Formats: sequence, C-alpha cells, structure tokens
Amino acid sequence: MSAILHLRIDGIAVEVPEGASVAAAVARATRSFRQSRHGMPRAPLCGMGVCFECRVAIDGEPHVLACMTAAREGMQVRTHG
Amino acid sequence: MAEGCEVLVIGAGPAGLAAAATAAANGARVALLDAQPRAGGQVWRHDIAHGASRRARRALRRIAPVKRHFGMRVVAADPGARTLLAEDSLHAREFGWDRLVLAAGARELFLPFPGWTLPGVTGAGGLQALVKQGWPVAGRRVVVAGSGPLLLAAAASLRAHGARVLAIVEQAARDDVHAFARKLWHWPDKLAQAARLRMALAGVPIRYGAVVRRASGDSHLQTIDIDCDGRVETFECEYLAIGFGLVPDTGLARMLGCGLNDATHPAIRVDALQRTTVDGIHAAGECCGIGGMQTASIEGAIAGHAAAGNEAGARALLPSRDRARRFADALAHTFAPGPCVRMLADDTTIVCRCEDVTWGELRSFDDARAAKLATRCGMGPCQGRICGAALAELLGWSWHGHPRQPLFPARLSTLAFDSLATFP
Amino acid sequence: MSSFDLIVAGAGIIGAACAQSAAEAGLRVAVVEPGAIGGGATAAGMGHLVALDDVPAEFALARHSLRLWQAWAHQPEAEFQRCGTLWVADDEAGLELLRSKAARLSAAGMIAELLDTAALRDAEPALSHDVAGGLRVPTEAVVYPPRIAHAMLTRVTALGGALHHGRRVVSLDADGACLDDGTHLSGPVLVACGCDTPALLPELLMRPRRGHLVITDRYPGWLRHQVVETGYAASAHGDAAEAVACNVQPRPGGQLLVGSSREFGRAESAISPALLARMLRRCFRFMPGLARLKALRAWTGFRPTTPDGLPYIGALPSRHDVWVAAGHEGLGVTTALGTAQLFVDLFLGRAPRLDPAPYAPLRSVA
Repeated sequence: MSAILHLRIDGIAVEVPEGASVAAAVARATRSFRQSRHGMPRAPLCGMGVCFECRVAIDGEPHVLACMTAAREGMQVRTHG
Repeated sequence: MAEGCEVLVIGAGPAGLAAAATAAANGARVALLDAQPRAGGQVWRHDIAHGASRRARRALRRIAPVKRHFGMRVVAADPGARTLLAEDSLHAREFGWDRLVLAAGARELFLPFPGWTLPGVTGAGGLQALVKQGWPVAGRRVVVAGSGPLLLAAAASLRAHGARVLAIVEQAARDDVHAFARKLWHWPDKLAQAARLRMALAGVPIRYGAVVRRASGDSHLQTIDIDCDGRVETFECEYLAIGFGLVPDTGLARMLGCGLNDATHPAIRVDALQRTTVDGIHAAGECCGIGGMQTASIEGAIAGHAAAGNEAGARALLPSRDRARRFADALAHTFAPGPCVRMLADDTTIVCRCEDVTWGELRSFDDARAAKLATRCGMGPCQGRICGAALAELLGWSWHGHPRQPLFPARLSTLAFDSLATFP
Repeated sequence: MSSFDLIVAGAGIIGAACAQSAAEAGLRVAVVEPGAIGGGATAAGMGHLVALDDVPAEFALARHSLRLWQAWAHQPEAEFQRCGTLWVADDEAGLELLRSKAARLSAAGMIAELLDTAALRDAEPALSHDVAGGLRVPTEAVVYPPRIAHAMLTRVTALGGALHHGRRVVSLDADGACLDDGTHLSGPVLVACGCDTPALLPELLMRPRRGHLVITDRYPGWLRHQVVETGYAASAHGDAAEAVACNVQPRPGGQLLVGSSREFGRAESAISPALLARMLRRCFRFMPGLARLKALRAWTGFRPTTPDGLPYIGALPSRHDVWVAAGHEGLGVTTALGTAQLFVDLFLGRAPRLDPAPYAPLRSVA
C-alpha cells in the first residue's frame, strides 16, 4: 500500500495516495477549481496540461496546473472556485 | 549554456520512448524531455491504482541509458542556434541537439455545446487521465460520449476505477461502426483488443448516431440531454466524458519551421524516414497524424534509427508502419465528426473558455485574426489550443501560422534565461 | 460610385481616427485596408495614453489628444482604464528628471505628484525598495486600440463611408488611388499606412523600429499604475540601434503588459531571445516580483519612426491633393485623436487648434 499524503484545499484537509495529482486532491474538496473571466465555475477539461482550466494556487504560487503537479505532503492549495 | 546531446527527443509517450530507446541502442547519446512528471504519455500514463501495462513497463525499461528530464516543459525554440528553452517548477534550462525527434503527441478535439463548461464535463481521454492519477470516480455516474474507439477505452478504464458508466453515446451511425468492425479481421490484435473492451463493458448501453445536446446543472453537471434519432433522452450523472477524436500537437514543430500538411487539423509533414522538412529534425507518432499507439511506437523506432544514422534499421520497419497507418486511416474515416456535432453551439455557448467568448460573438467574423483582435478569442493561457481546434472544425479557420513564444505560459524569469532561485 | 471626398489608405488607429473625424465633418469617406482593422502597430503596441513632455511639439499634440480621449472614457469598446502613469527613477539623475518633468507637466496644467520612497511603496507595492522616487500622473490611462479602431470604422460606415477591406492601395495618381484589384477611387487621398507609408510616398523617410512586448496571465491587483522608468523617454527619442526601458502596464482584467525594447535595422518579426531577456531583466530591476509571473505571449511590432521622431501630418506640397498622417513612433494611440483633428482642420481649411509646422511633411522632403 502506498503512502498517504495530507494536503489542505481551501483549508479543508484531504488525503490522497502517493502519486496522485493535485487535481485529484482538489476534487476531494470542491467541484470548482476556478472562476472564469465572467465568474462561471470551471474544473479540469483535458486532464493533460492543455486547457488550463485546472489552475490553482499552490503554496502561494498562483496559476499552477493542478493536473500536471504531483501532490506532496503538506501542500496548501487555494482554488478560486 | 545549453546542455548538449546527439539526439534530443521531445515527448515520452510511445513514439518518444521508442525513438529514445532505439537511438540509444544505436550508440547515440540521447536525452528525453517531457512536460509530465512521469514517462508514458497519455496512453501509458502511470495508473496509481493499477500500475503500468506490461507493454509500457517494457518500453520504460528500454530507456535506461537515456538521460531523462521529466516535468520539463519546452517553452521556446531557437532553430538557428538549435536550442530549446524549457522550464520546470523552479529552473529554466536550455537544451541543444544534433538531431531532434519531435514526439509531442496529440490532444483531444472538443466541440462546444450548451453547458460544456460546467464542472463535471471533461474530455474522454481527459477523465481517464485524471482518474489514473487518483481523481475519485468510484460510485459516480458517468456518461461517455463523442466518437471513436477512444470512448470504449475510456469507459472501460473508468469502470475499472469504480465508476458507474450509464451509457456510451457514439455519434457515428450503427451501420458504419459495424461495417468497420467487420474489417477488423485485417488487424488480429485490434480484433482481440475490441473483444477485451466488449467484455469489460458488458451491460453498458451504446447509443449510435447520438449526440449530447446539452449539459445542465447549477454550478456543476447534473443532467445531460442526448439526441438519438430525434428522440431526446435525459441522464442524471456527475460526469460527462466527451471526445471527438484527437488533433496533432504541432506547436513546437511550427516554431522550428517544420512544414505541416493541409488537413483541417494539420500534422507535421514527414518522409518515409520520419524526417520533417527541416534538416536534422524528425517527428514521430500522433503529431504526424493520428495513428494510435502501435503506429506511434513503430514511427518512434524509425525516427530513432534514422536520427542515429542507421537508415537500414529504419527502412526495415517501413512495412509494419504502413500497415498500422492503414488501420488508423480506416478508423479516422469511420469516426470523423459528422455535421450534426458542428451545429450544437447556440449564440450564448462559450467557445473560448479562457476569455469567455461566445459563439454568437465569433460567428460573424471572416477569419481568426480579426476575431482575435476584436474579442481576444484564443488569447488566453491555453493559447487557442481548445477553441482554435474547435473553430478549425466549425468554421474552417486556420490557427496554424507561426506560433508566438512562449509555446506554453512560462515564467518571465525563464524568458530571461534565469531560474527562479535567482530571485528573492 | 467611386468618387469620394476623402480616401484613407490604412485602418490602423491613425487612419481610423482620421476617417471618423472626416466622416463626422460630413465628408464622404472611403477607407482601404489590406489586413485586419487595427492589425498593425495598433494591435502590437501597449495602448497607453501617456504624454512624453521633453519634445515640445510632441507634448502639445499628446496633451491635446489626451483631452479628446476623455470622450472615449465611458465607451465599452475602448476598455478605458485610468490607471495613471507612475514614472520611476532608481538614481540621482533619474530623480532630477522627475523634478523637471513635474515642473513641465504642472506648467502645462496637468496633475503631477512627486512621491518619496514611502509614498511610492504605498502607491505601488510591487516596486523594488531600490527605486528612489516617483512621479504620479493620475489622469493618464490605458485603452484597447484594435477594438477602438474597429469602433471608429463602424462609425464611419454608419455615416455612409465605404470600407474596402482586404484591398490595398497600390499607387496614387493625379485623381486618386488605384487598388490591387484594379478598382480606381477618385478623390483626395490620405496615406495613413504607418511603416508602409514610404511604399506610396517614397519621398518621406521612415524607419520601422522593432519592439518586443510580453503579456502575462491575470494577476488582479498586482500592479495599479502603468510604471515607466525615467529612461523611457530617452529610449524613445534616442537613436540607439538597440535600447530597452522598463514600461509595465496593468490591463483591466489583471493581465500585465511588459515592455519595452527599441531596435532599428530589424525587419523580421521573430523574437530576439537575447533582447527579450535584456528587456525583462531591466523590468525585474524595478519590479523583482515580475520574474515569478507567467507570460502568455511575447511578440514584436514595428513603430513607424521619422528622422526627427515627430509624425508627418498634412498635405504633400509636391503632389496634388495627397495627404499624410503617419510616423507616430510609439505614441500613435496617445496622439491619434489630436492627429485626426489637426488633419481635418488642415484639410477643410479651418484654423488648426495646434501649430501644424512641426509636423509638416515638407520638413523632411526639403
């Protein structure tokens, strides 16, 4: 059994198995990853780093692709959903 | 200062892995770059619940002698200097090459329809990719829709992760799909694969000649309406995984000056030895035209041989490559998006998701440039990859001029050739 | 019907503004544009409304134009945002420039506030603590020029003007202009083709001056003012083969436009990676946090540059009823409305609101 990682998504504690993406962690806390230019909720579309709908802030760094980033222990993730 | 190597391979999917392994086996000093944190590309993306397939494990073992740079995204190219600029989460690095192999793969084609921007609507391959890296779908209701055998593969994979697949909605007509299935005996391995998928999907209804008209929900997906022979059927579901096939990724090739073909979604033009129109640059796999994993592996090996100067080795593989390409052509013909899926968007449907530009705002323009200037369509962070392919399909607009740098959004420090660590 | 009161060659911000002013003055106008409306320097530039004050004639034209731009402040297609300009200096010479600039702007009736380091940090937290002082010009703004050019032409056609889109003026004759499809349009011609002007008027000297720009992803609130280093004016008015100066602008959606560079003798549109890097490092010096932000696109554009840096506005005395409005270097957007008004005044024989002599095309023909 792989290790369990602990992250906070908008302050909510979530657990994911090692190897999971940040997107998988965010999906455990919320359905909306970001708001579009006109305020519509958005979430990953392509799952492979193309559509940029999964952008979140990780440890204070804005506009990071959640689907392309491996989850790490203690990450603080902010969505703008 | 650029890091040098003899053969530089971009993309670590089946084509890139084969190219890197083959070039290395020919004695070349090889480096392999991929934007994803792990090798495998899309089809061999590492599945944290189920591990890698035997075939993928074998391919990964063969790149042992190759210098690997994963999580490293190419953002700019200087064809004159033969260097690429890439970044990871912290560093900017330049890579030089004697021979370059482009194996950038493909992305999904999305066609806008009402509600497609709701959370819960994903690509068919997209949801599959997310799920392999731990996205939770166990017990969730999913409808898989669009066109092509990728739908079956995605549905089987989602089911294996515990999703309740309610239906597969295929826009191709039943007769066309069955006629295609009858031809499968030409490719026995495909026949076996189809049989395995059929078993994995036992009990899942398939609607042929059917399209998703609308996705609905307040802040996320709740229901979809599908149109099957004029009859509307509604499903309650948490996910709609939808894909209309793949489009070749040609951004880096264009930046390097490689010629493309004149398809609706152009692919990199290559000769029999996978040489592009630019001296010293080869290309292989989906970026040369959608052909599937088998084709990509063979083309990667041809490119790897050719890039390492082993022309005889490359030529020996040509017959198997041609056979694999024939299958891909038959597939593309059967599952090409039909006219019905081109008329789904209404005037309020978002086409450019980055800038929230609607179909109504766009359809009166004559060409992409005029539309971009007036509406900023395609000017967001996806750089027109999603809406550009859709508008190429819907309006025949070309988005394939010389791409602007950076190829993907990049840190300003990277464009200044500095790593982030340099800055306070 | 191929006879017009005015034929405008070029639908960049200058041609579009002149066409609109002419149409509003009651003239029957035709506009000929081979490419996208506002698709040249108009689209490539920053879209700032900023007065450079160190050349009197340029300052007069800019000041007059800035007043006219107020009419666009509430038009949605202008995307007008009054962010103000913050001139910044990082050494004693720069501080001296700020003081003289403050005096000149105030004397001209513009608001200009000198900021010490504490006030500067308060006004613009993104600035480096090494920045020694600033000058805020709160009335200046940014706009989105290609949409404005589009709106101006919509107005022209609504007033009965004709738009020959996708066509190019290939030659001028005694009676008007010939288009590339063989059409002949009769009437006085205004050449407003920016860098392409010498193709029709070879007697006018013009050099394309290449610039690089970068636009970032959205960082709402990251920057409040358009931040320009004092060295920018020297870069714009100098004659160096290659120069960079920090000029960073917040767009209404939170994106940042990052510039600037100036190069003579470069005709290709491909980015120069080394110069782009130099330009960015110059900007990091004033705003170190920029280095972390993500660039969506970088591109180049070409500024139409005359030998003395001032635009050509007026009739060509050597020709019959041929006029020009071109060569605004990096200030075409700022000065477009003043240029249009001056041109129409001269064209109709009205008393011009500005002394036209410094812009007379003759000055370089002589």
